[in-house]
Amino acid sequence: MASTVAVELPHGGFSFDNCKRNALLEDKGFKAPKAYKTGTTIAGIIFKDGVVLGADTRATEDTVVADKNCEKIHYISSNIYCCGAGTAADTEMTTQMIASKLELHRLETSRKPRVCTANRLLKQMLYRYHGYISAALVLGGVDSTGPHLYSVWPHGSTDKLPYVTMGSGSLAAMAVFEDRFKPEMEREEAMKLVQDAIRAGIFNDLGSGSNVDLCIITKDKTDYLRTYQEANLKGVRQGTYRYKRGTSAVLKTEVKKIVLEVIDTQVKPQAMDTD
Amino acid sequence: MSFGYPNLRPHDEGNHVIDLPKNSYGIPDTMTTGFRHAKDGIHQSHPLEYSEKHWMSNKEAMDLAMLRNMQGIHMPLRLKMEQTIASKMQRLPCLASSNIMLDTLTGRNTTVDFEDVFNVCDEAEVLGHPHVLTSVKY
Repeated sequence: MASTVAVELPHGGFSFDNCKRNALLEDKGFKAPKAYKTGTTIAGIIFKDGVVLGADTRATEDTVVADKNCEKIHYISSNIYCCGAGTAADTEMTTQMIASKLELHRLETSRKPRVCTANRLLKQMLYRYHGYISAALVLGGVDSTGPHLYSVWPHGSTDKLPYVTMGSGSLAAMAVFEDRFKPEMEREEAMKLVQDAIRAGIFNDLGSGSNVDLCIITKDKTDYLRTYQEANLKGVRQGTYRYKRGTSAVLKTEVKKIVLEVIDTQVKPQAMDTD
Repeated sequence: MSFGYPNLRPHDEGNHVIDLPKNSYGIPDTMTTGFRHAKDGIHQSHPLEYSEKHWMSNKEAMDLAMLRNMQGIHMPLRLKMEQTIASKMQRLPCLASSNIMLDTLTGRNTTVDFEDVFNVCDEAEVLGHPHVLTSVKY
């Protein structure tokens, strides 16, 4: 600490100090560990009264399931929620940062936050980092101007659409949407459609699995249905290989009592726990 | 017709001006700046490094260029004048200033960014040498 003369104080934010060292190590043959992505199916649709967002709950580390029941629908504000696909840490940090920014903005303007504001903040941040923050998001919410749904890509482009899917299972989910989507659906119909789309992703994509989470946002309230449906229940055992009691016959039984005598007692000093 | 806008993303254009340091005799002062390493600052280690280092100043340049084109040269001049005055109000060497006025003028008090979360300046692990910082300032 005392060997370097620090004339300029280190500035905040990301530090690139170790990049040269990492490049040198890679030249020497040591490969850095890769950031693990979540194979995911996330989807959202706009229905008559608001927005329904859906997500699966599997987080993978390469080919191993790291978390069987993780939360992929993140809170941005009470009327805006965001599903995240891509690197799990990136989506978590990005959505938390945007939630904080939006809250500060709400305190300054004294108005209920709008979905387009959250969208603009997200896209400006992701564009700034050139796609190195690998977060593909489905942002949806209801504000004073009505229900809105956006899909945000890691490089900062966004699409405003009535139904969107993202993640490795997006093709399977989109197939279901393209088949059965209608504008101005009822709440139950919309929930069934999103649930079926996520199930299509769960059963046809290896990176998605476990349960379906739903989030229904309307003008007055938000329903966050964690584990709306357990699509992958663990199988129940139908039989057992254990032998029944009495399979081997007992010929003779003898019970002996073993008497224990106390010969010696010792008291050993123990060091106090001073940590 | 050029409106004077800088790039949307700051990137290393490869034309750096090599100036002699503005000390006595035009050589770097080891007493105040320390030893210079051959590998510092020659090539970038990460494509984002240059972009991040110049992001705020580039954004400010874009905003001021837009204001100049819309409202005339007086607007950026006045804003920059206020910011320069606010940035000159610092504390004694070794003590960090909160920069409240500068943050309010630039709008940083209403946002939170990665600079406020990672590597926060208040919790820096290195200390500035008091003697060196004092001799730099005076």
